[in-house]
Amino acid sequence: MSGENGTGPDVRVLGLDIGSRSVDAVWLGGGKIVDAAVADSGFDPASVAAAFVERGAHDVIVATGYGRHVARETFGASVVTEIKAYAIGASALFPQARSVLDIGGQDTKVISLREDGRVADFEMNDKCAAGTGKFLEVMAKALGFTLEELGAESMAAESGVQISSMCTVFAESEVTGLVHRGEDRGRIARGLHESIARRTLGALKRVGASGPLVFAGGVARNPAMVELVRAGFAGELLVPAESQIVGAYGAALSALAGGGPQ
Amino acid sequence: MSDTPVDYHQMWADLGLDLPMHDALLEAVGGMYGATFMSQANRPEGMGYLDFVMSEVHGLRIKELDDFRKSGGKVVGTYCLYVPEELIRAAGGWSVGICAGAEWAYDQVEQILPRNTCALIKSMMGFKLGKVCPYLEEADLLVGETTCDGKKKAYEELGKMQNLYTMELPQMKRPKDVAFWRSELVDFIAKLEELTGKKVTAEALKASIKEVNDKRRALQRVNAARAADPSPISGLDALLAVQVAFYDDVPRFTQMMNALADELEKRAAAGIGVAPKGAPRILITGTPMALPNWKLHEIVEKAGGVVVGEEMCTGSRYYEKLVDEDASTLDEMLDDLAEKYLDINCACFTPNTGRIDDIIRMAGDLKVDGVIDYALSFCGTYQIESAGVAKTVQDAGVPVLRIETDYSAEDVGQLSTRVEAFLEMVK
Ligand code: SF4
Ligand code: SF4
Repeated sequence: MSGENGTGPDVRVLGLDIGSRSVDAVWLGGGKIVDAAVADSGFDPASVAAAFVERGAHDVIVATGYGRHVARETFGASVVTEIKAYAIGASALFPQARSVLDIGGQDTKVISLREDGRVADFEMNDKCAAGTGKFLEVMAKALGFTLEELGAESMAAESGVQISSMCTVFAESEVTGLVHRGEDRGRIARGLHESIARRTLGALKRVGASGPLVFAGGVARNPAMVELVRAGFAGELLVPAESQIVGAYGAALSALAGGGPQ
Repeated sequence: MSDTPVDYHQMWADLGLDLPMHDALLEAVGGMYGATFMSQANRPEGMGYLDFVMSEVHGLRIKELDDFRKSGGKVVGTYCLYVPEELIRAAGGWSVGICAGAEWAYDQVEQILPRNTCALIKSMMGFKLGKVCPYLEEADLLVGETTCDGKKKAYEELGKMQNLYTMELPQMKRPKDVAFWRSELVDFIAKLEELTGKKVTAEALKASIKEVNDKRRALQRVNAARAADPSPISGLDALLAVQVAFYDDVPRFTQMMNALADELEKRAAAGIGVAPKGAPRILITGTPMALPNWKLHEIVEKAGGVVVGEEMCTGSRYYEKLVDEDASTLDEMLDDLAEKYLDINCACFTPNTGRIDDIIRMAGDLKVDGVIDYALSFCGTYQIESAGVAKTVQDAGVPVLRIETDYSAEDVGQLSTRVEAFLEMVK
């Protein structure tokens, strides 16, 4: 099937994934990644995106992420949803992929793919930060860890403390309470990771995800999460080196004729 | 339709409405209507009638009710389509469905009802407590029904503020339940006769059965036209037609809907549609969407889909089934009414497998690309049915998106993303 714009592989495409935590960009030339960048969204993701638009030459722009419609109005970008972008991006990186997990700064999505790479089913966490990168940041702070330490400490702990709440607000006070009670911080960190993993695996099951599973998004760089998801998932787990730009890459590919599996 | 707008403030004041708040509500709904409906491309001309009705929703129609009551007529307000309009009309009354589709005066509502009550019930109380609904204030009698627990108990509270009568609806559909429901209809007739001072005669009931059937037939025609690809009418406009059916003048509405259906049939034959041919066709199933709840339809259609059917009380459940018209005695008519009404497939009943059959059948007839299962938060009955509905529909080869939401605009962004992704997936 031809791409959104029916364009050939030689066209230069800028793919933008405009999220509330980061803006990711991929520049394609001749169907290949020629450049990529990730920047903090700050308080004005649109101007961060505008800087990327200025930065390199391109013939078309495709935007995804929650800011995609703003990009359509401001830069005349075509738009695709995150679901489609991640499906295309993950399938392009790993043609054998049958499912995708993305844990980003503010949301989580799980996608099951058909054999041809098309979306079979998906689920997004809807309204809150529960179990996302933001959640981990808040918890790291409550524990007095950096994000990196949070993952490392969790890996080092032998077992996790049971955390009952997934709501960021409640979990934060739960964690503070546990620290006051003298619980080992590493075990709390492990417990937090375990509860996110449980929730994530449940969502994967609901959409009927099978392996290989591509784990994308910022949280895929957290080794503790990767380990737990790998342990709980009945199938192969693949973590792309470019985990943060899968969405932007998929968005860019959607513009190419035959570029994406869609 | 005159050019100078009539000022209805005196009428509203006489009804005891909170005028500043009521002005605010009208302005908000008017703004929503303009943004949602008037911006649609390629609408059928027949929608002009509904635009007019909506522009006069608290004006001319209330004036009509007012005049009717001043001449001795009685207005009966209802909240569920199980309350038979035929009986109300046969007793010389007018039936109006009271809307409960907007978030209003929740601060006051939550002093009475728990926060985890569905939006429909909260809204029903909010319009009363906030004194902004002229239909409620025109109602000489409100009729509740023992459907879900939330409504059943909320009616007790509403009954403290207004004359309210509750019908007991069975929860199953065995022959003895039909017999019981029939006995409830008999009691309701007595209540209505006491209210209006008029006897329900076989002649009057026969006429009202015909009249209300005619209204349903007109809506059936409007909705049948949506099977065409491209659909000649948007989901928003078709939803609006059913929402208005609950309170508009019956013969006039029927006539206007038949005219709309004539136009739609012509458009369908000529291949004229509201969205390009091949746009993803969506069936929505679930909890009713009371006026002015247009949220999900708007999201779907703004994302490039077209809603071609609603398996809901503001949809097929309202117009699909007719009452038999051959009866000549009151007894036979009551049998027919009891039977037809208990044939509606609402999640308050157990079992409710007929609803799933309806969804599968509509999905086929309307050639849909996907089904969206819609439930209001805290609506136990529909939420529990949701997983089973999704599974059966998916097994039949039709993709399903399950949505739980309320009347607020907070989640519109996220819902839009999910709906867009769903449309991409089914395309
Ligand atoms: S969903 Fe059930 S209870 Fe609610 S209006 Fe419809 S028939 Fe009545
Ligand atoms: S939406 Fe559900 S909870 Fe609300 S009134 Fe209807 S059946 Fe009851």
